[in-house]
Amino acid sequence: MTQAFDAAAQQTLLESRVADALDQARQAGADACEVGASVDQGVEISVRLGDVESVELSRDQGFAVTVYLGQRKGSASSSDASEESIRAAVEKAMAIARHTGEDPASGLADAELMARELPDLEVHHPWNLSTEEAIELALACESAGRDVEGIENSEGASFSSGEGVRVYGNSHGFLGSQRGSRHSLSCVLIARDARGMQRDYDYTSERDPARLASPETVGRRAAERTLRRLGAGRPRTGRLPVLFAPEVAGGLIGHFLNAIAGGALYRDASFLCDSLGEPLFPEWFTLVERPREVGGMASSAFDNDGVYTRDNVFVDRGKVASYMLSAYSARRLGMTTTGNAGGARNIRLEAPLTAHDDLLARMGTGVLVTELMGQGVNGVTGDYSRGAAGFWVENGRIQHPVEEFTIAGNLRDMFASLQGLGDDIDTRGSVHTGSWLIGEMTVAGD
Amino acid sequence: MTQLSHSPLDEAITILLAPGGLDAQALEPGLEHALGPGVDYADLYFQRSWQESWVLEDGEVKDASFNIDGGVGVRALAGEKTGFAFSNQITAEALAEAGRTAAGIARGGSRLERVAVSSTSASARYAGVDPLTGLTPEEKIALLKQADRVARAADPSVAQVSASLSGVHEVVLVRASDGTLAADIRPLVRFNVSVIAIRNGRRERGSAGGGGRYAMSRLRDDNVAERYAKEAVRQALVNLDAVDAPAGQMPVVLGAGWPGILLHEAVGHGLEGDFNRKGSSAFAGRIGERVAAPGVTVVDDATLADRRGSLSIDDEGTPGAYTPLIEDGILTGYMQDKLNARLMGMAPTGNARRESYAHMPMPRMTNTYMLAGRDEPDEIIKSVKRGLYAVSFGGGQVDITSGKFVFSASEAYLIEDGRITAPVKGATLIGNGPEAMGRVSMVGHDMALDTGIGVCGKEGQGVPVGVGQPTLKLDELTVGGTQS
Repeated sequence: MTQAFDAAAQQTLLESRVADALDQARQAGADACEVGASVDQGVEISVRLGDVESVELSRDQGFAVTVYLGQRKGSASSSDASEESIRAAVEKAMAIARHTGEDPASGLADAELMARELPDLEVHHPWNLSTEEAIELALACESAGRDVEGIENSEGASFSSGEGVRVYGNSHGFLGSQRGSRHSLSCVLIARDARGMQRDYDYTSERDPARLASPETVGRRAAERTLRRLGAGRPRTGRLPVLFAPEVAGGLIGHFLNAIAGGALYRDASFLCDSLGEPLFPEWFTLVERPREVGGMASSAFDNDGVYTRDNVFVDRGKVASYMLSAYSARRLGMTTTGNAGGARNIRLEAPLTAHDDLLARMGTGVLVTELMGQGVNGVTGDYSRGAAGFWVENGRIQHPVEEFTIAGNLRDMFASLQGLGDDIDTRGSVHTGSWLIGEMTVAGD
Repeated sequence: MTQLSHSPLDEAITILLAPGGLDAQALEPGLEHALGPGVDYADLYFQRSWQESWVLEDGEVKDASFNIDGGVGVRALAGEKTGFAFSNQITAEALAEAGRTAAGIARGGSRLERVAVSSTSASARYAGVDPLTGLTPEEKIALLKQADRVARAADPSVAQVSASLSGVHEVVLVRASDGTLAADIRPLVRFNVSVIAIRNGRRERGSAGGGGRYAMSRLRDDNVAERYAKEAVRQALVNLDAVDAPAGQMPVVLGAGWPGILLHEAVGHGLEGDFNRKGSSAFAGRIGERVAAPGVTVVDDATLADRRGSLSIDDEGTPGAYTPLIEDGILTGYMQDKLNARLMGMAPTGNARRESYAHMPMPRMTNTYMLAGRDEPDEIIKSVKRGLYAVSFGGGQVDITSGKFVFSASEAYLIEDGRITAPVKGATLIGNGPEAMGRVSMVGHDMALDTGIGVCGKEGQGVPVGVGQPTLKLDELTVGGTQS
């Protein structure tokens, strides 16, 4: 981009700063310590109604140190990794560790679990684009959308491109680095009819710019998604099957993953406490993690504890096969880490897939949900109640758009009544999934 | 209210500029770099923050962290265009580079005539203290342990208690090409308790918390550890007895205080200047029109003493203000920053806010609340044959274009024949902002503000906010329970 970013030089610099910080912490008396540092640089451009709205150049740095005094712990972080800030952070972390209480579970992950080989996962694809070229892409995107008949206003198109380096090291002698990039283009359009205005959007986001959808495709899809919402009514209140479109189905996987995350489990704050081996999904459903997938959105060879990442199976033929654990949460539960400090990396389904039209036919009469609103998911109980918008479906055919309704149930019941997965896989995020057909939920509308 | 003396400005200059070898004079060449040809407004926003958080779990404070952040954001405007760059170094070189980058937004033109500096005179809405030093580490830990003890003693079903104490000491300085020179020292503290209660295999969460712009010692003096621990346990126990919520349209009574997030979602976001300038809000072009039932008056008020959402000056240096938005049901104003106010031919309202120096400012809410009406809260409940009484909420969201909003109850009850009966499980409520505000039929006299827990997100930027309202009745709203 317009600012030079020398990833290799940044990596060398951060690695030496992390090593320095580890030395300083040891000299200050820490029994163990860990340090993370990162730098990201990027540009974000917004255009609206055919003209540039904003050009934003960013360069974010972060630095965090955690020290252990026996089983006591202290952490400090700073927005820059200058030598002075590192010194101050180490000092502050040590001061905190003298006040915190003993925690038998605290400490680094076991030394033998540190990642040994760090293969290049091909997630760093810099894009040397000038600001002018980036503006052209965003303008082309918005213009393709606004050219579609019926689009009357726009919230604009945005282009963003960035790359960065993250380094993690600890007093086991582990020092890992990873470079990465991300490029995105999005567009939000507005249409109006007698009932009022509607807006919708589309986006493309990739680590490798060569894989981005074309600006015209994004603009046109945003227009189509907006126009199809016009004339929305409300569905009737009742018990109905619900088809979650891919862009919202990923959220269901997210709720499941949150519930098997160690942090929720050891706090008794999950509806899936003590669920290992329990049948939760239909027998044909398997959910896996592929953290070392080449080019994957969330690929990494080591987790936030420095532990090597490995393929995990979280759901095996319908049953909860593994929790998702860091070194700390594993110790709290008397288990071993699954290499998931920092979360899940590249979630994939292993299950039979059904064509979208066949899923609609299987549903018969119900609602197709394309947008969810609000935070009405209770991870402690699994109770689910969210605002929604989408389409009314009768006899397997989309009839008309619907909005201003809620869908409610309990995640356990929803997972158990999963009736099919679509082949319309959305690959833009780190969770890849198609549509989910849930047997029955309560729809509240008119 | 005390008048801001020169001290916040002097203090900000010392804290923000001196470490990089700069003084007040260095602001002028810094601004000059951003005022390239064709730029019609530029500003420099310096910020430094010290954030501390202490977390208790399993009866011990096992984790605590400290964060230091700081830098300068430089913005250049040319018509509707914005150029923005920032640096986490506050040095002459960083100012020059960020300034030139931001100024690149303008494609040539005349240079702006310089306006003489005028220090902003604003009333202080909170004391410019460092809130983190108000308690010693031992006292902070003792406060958290007290919450743990009180919660566990309150009921045998309490299985887990977590409590947190956090505070931010923030110093900001704004210099803008319109002459603005303003500084603010912003304290912000918060105490939170969350419990899990387990009974007969069923588990539920309860949580409570609060805070504001003052020293941490006030949390101790206000006895928040005991109050919020008891409140969190009470809520968890209520939820252990909760039955499935109803589904469908019904009258809804909202309790006073935090349920004011209804206003935040249903009308607040839709009245932010940027959405209205772009015509993307359901409220665009409707000033002077009826957008809510008579009796409904909603204001945004940055001037409340010591509140979480209050601002002595906003992030463009405009003094925080009391801005009526809806008066007796009629739309009277939008919330504005300088850019949108200028483009709409209106005055800034002190609502420019940004998450940090690394983010661009936007029109945002401060404390948004509905003024008290005349109805007895008891009479409001009695007027409902069958409906929902919701007293606490999780989060909400709005689509400002279609006007659809949601918010999710975390404590609610059935109303049957004018009486509050069984507690029901949390349910999401959904409606259309302008329609819902038109269905407000009773407004209580019991206006209350929330306890100081709100965070509002917009375009990825989070800022602290306040909400409030009296008990009020909406004749019809869709309740998203499971019992149809």
